[in-house]
Amino acid sequence: MTDAPVVIVGASMGGLRTAEALRRAGYVGPITVIGEEAHAPYNRPPLSKDVLSTGVSHEAVAFPARAATADVQWMLGSRVESADLDARTVTTADGREHHWRALVIATGLRARRLDLPLITGRHTVRTLDDAMALRDELLPGARVVVLGAGFVGCEVAATARKLGCEVTIVAPGAEPLLRPLGAALGAELRRRHEEHGVVFRLGRTVTAMLGDDAFEGLELDDGTIVAGDVLVEAIGSECNTGWLDATELDLTDGVLADAALRAVSTAGSVRDDVYVVGDIARFPNLMFDAVPRRVEHWNIPTDTGKRAGAVLGAWLAGDGSFEEVLARGFTPMPAFWSNQFEVSLQAYGLPGLAEGEPRLLLGDLSANVALGYFRASRLVGVVGIGLKAELLPYRQEIAEHAARE
Amino acid sequence: MIKIEVDMTLCQHYGQCVFEAPDVFKLNDDDKLEYLAEADDSERDNVESAVDVCPMQAIRIVE
Repeated sequence: MTDAPVVIVGASMGGLRTAEALRRAGYVGPITVIGEEAHAPYNRPPLSKDVLSTGVSHEAVAFPARAATADVQWMLGSRVESADLDARTVTTADGREHHWRALVIATGLRARRLDLPLITGRHTVRTLDDAMALRDELLPGARVVVLGAGFVGCEVAATARKLGCEVTIVAPGAEPLLRPLGAALGAELRRRHEEHGVVFRLGRTVTAMLGDDAFEGLELDDGTIVAGDVLVEAIGSECNTGWLDATELDLTDGVLADAALRAVSTAGSVRDDVYVVGDIARFPNLMFDAVPRRVEHWNIPTDTGKRAGAVLGAWLAGDGSFEEVLARGFTPMPAFWSNQFEVSLQAYGLPGLAEGEPRLLLGDLSANVALGYFRASRLVGVVGIGLKAELLPYRQEIAEHAARE
Repeated sequence: MIKIEVDMTLCQHYGQCVFEAPDVFKLNDDDKLEYLAEADDSERDNVESAVDVCPMQAIRIVE
């Protein structure tokens, strides 16, 4: 069906950037973007910060619309339930079938939740609606229990504290942000949170939730109780791949893709007409090695969307440029940022790949600092606090290794 | 010419724009962003990319 649209399932940053890249690649045919959320694409990092603290609306966080994508059809508030790759259709919750000429999988992640009754006072922060519901409860003096000490948990804790809430972070690890950043930096970030009055209950798991109709607290595995009015579950995320269960795609941790973001089946075959972008794309990045990984950093939906749009655009053009576009390398530099109280953290690469504890590159932990994360003798990640331009030579070093290998 | 605006109340000086449009954006010696408010049309694609990669979404092209 050459007159069928390109259907992009997922109306967030990855879906938007793919649509824009398709137009940039010269594709002028129809594009339909189907998204479960009611909102047009918006930027998620402010959800744990400004959206909670200053009450901004969708307009303040929405990505600007561009003229080139003005004729894209947006089906918002519409959930895709299934896909049939042989018939080239997806089916939405209202039972309608939508034919496609090419499919882009951009359904991203959802917040992982505790498997407990959904009583009043339980929150998470993945969507704009989530954040707006939470901010109504972050009143001065409210007792906020944050479960999880990753980036979302730490940022929400800092914002809630600044709003005058009493904040306790409960997490199983020995330090916050232990897995992405290591013990030394995690301990330093804990110290800075504690200076602002955040209380940590680390090395602890939840054994029970208190409250019949409304949240009253958590019981921990040492028998103690953390009383609270608000629970924020910041315990990671799960991939939205359920709608693809009946397909032959490899759904081991997200959706497997090659370096051109083409979807790969469990048998290892590649589809030229199905692409995967954003948080759920498990793709190889030769900046590090050939191992396909999902990368949940902010820049990845944009980088994968642009790459997938360029490749798919060339395939749709059918003008012989496809092989040339495919052959271009794709080695996006992972980058992420975090603001917690006065701490402005910036990172490049994949610190999580490091073997052993990071090494001090610049400064000292109690002030401005840069830490290097090494695998074998190779720099694979750099994390800085309060440093910007000083990190750039290390970013360059991470990238240059890719060119050499 | 294209006109460029950066909302300095949002900008966190992360410098991602510098990679995309180095002739328009730079970090000065104090790690603060400096940029040209006007640039040649040939910079449009680079500045569009800078708009995309700004995590604070602080940059816009004034049409």
